[in-house]
Amino acid sequence: MSELGIVLAVGEDAAFHAGDRIRVSSRSPIGHYRVPAYLRGKAGTVETVIEPTGIDNEQEGYGRNAGKKLHYYRIAVLLAEIWPDYAGSSRDGLRIEVFETWLEGI
Amino acid sequence: MNTPSERHDHDHSHSQPHTEIRQSAPPGYYETMETAVRELLIERKLIGADEIRRQIEVLDSRTPALGAKVVARAWVDPDFKARLLANGRAACEELGISFYDDTSLIVLENTDTVHNLIVCTLCSCYPRPVLGLPPDWYKLKPYRSRAVSEPRAVLAEFGTIIPEEVEIRVSDSTAMVRYLVLPKQPEGTADYTEDELAELVTRDAMIGVIPVTIDNGRSTP
Repeated sequence: MSELGIVLAVGEDAAFHAGDRIRVSSRSPIGHYRVPAYLRGKAGTVETVIEPTGIDNEQEGYGRNAGKKLHYYRIAVLLAEIWPDYAGSSRDGLRIEVFETWLEGI
Repeated sequence: MNTPSERHDHDHSHSQPHTEIRQSAPPGYYETMETAVRELLIERKLIGADEIRRQIEVLDSRTPALGAKVVARAWVDPDFKARLLANGRAACEELGISFYDDTSLIVLENTDTVHNLIVCTLCSCYPRPVLGLPPDWYKLKPYRSRAVSEPRAVLAEFGTIIPEEVEIRVSDSTAMVRYLVLPKQPEGTADYTEDELAELVTRDAMIGVIPVTIDNGRSTP
């Protein structure tokens, strides 16, 4: 419930917030998807909630919008987390927008 | 600043005839598919030939000069810069740069402690409304795969050496958000006008592969 006492629709409120620790799901769906394979299963932190909500690209790719929108999150993942033998600074990182259905809280 | 004549280097004279430009190979698979789909869409009156031509005109009208204008304005106007970093698209629209493709824009500021680099590992997502079409290397697999796995080596190949203590942030655009790098204003340009500053800002600096320097301004055509 919001400060005004308004009840939000399912998915209208962001499921994750800046600072939350998350993991990118390691599913391998068939078809159109936008989460690069190199990020599956990697842990990171939510940096920003992207407003407004968006249609699921994986549905939209087939001309469906499933009638429901969810948030994208700009997440931060250390390059050393993605590539165990990463040669640069241990602080170097990746930023990417990931749709809510691909994030798991940790 | 170099004068136009200093920058107008040619390895051929204008009187020398060029080889005739013609298509010698048969169209490839995707070219044939594009022609077939386009002709079908027109035949079924779903889109018109004029709409396609118009959209090509829209794309061709976008060049890195627009992004350079945005960067220069951010350097001279701290309030604009704050708005640009808060909402890239809205700030660009303030300058009259429209977004025709339903994307939003995050502007990433390079500082003494952070260097940003943009890539699209999946395809060729690029801030087209403000930079136009991406360069070929941006769309090819070596850059797309290496920018996220060994960004420092990629930057070094562009001649950009980032000190170890500066954090590299690679932004991979894959969905609805596009990125534009706001480079650092070069030393010694405090007295430049906004237009002079814009002249220094190149496409590659806004992708994040090089810094803006006083001598790497766009060469005069």
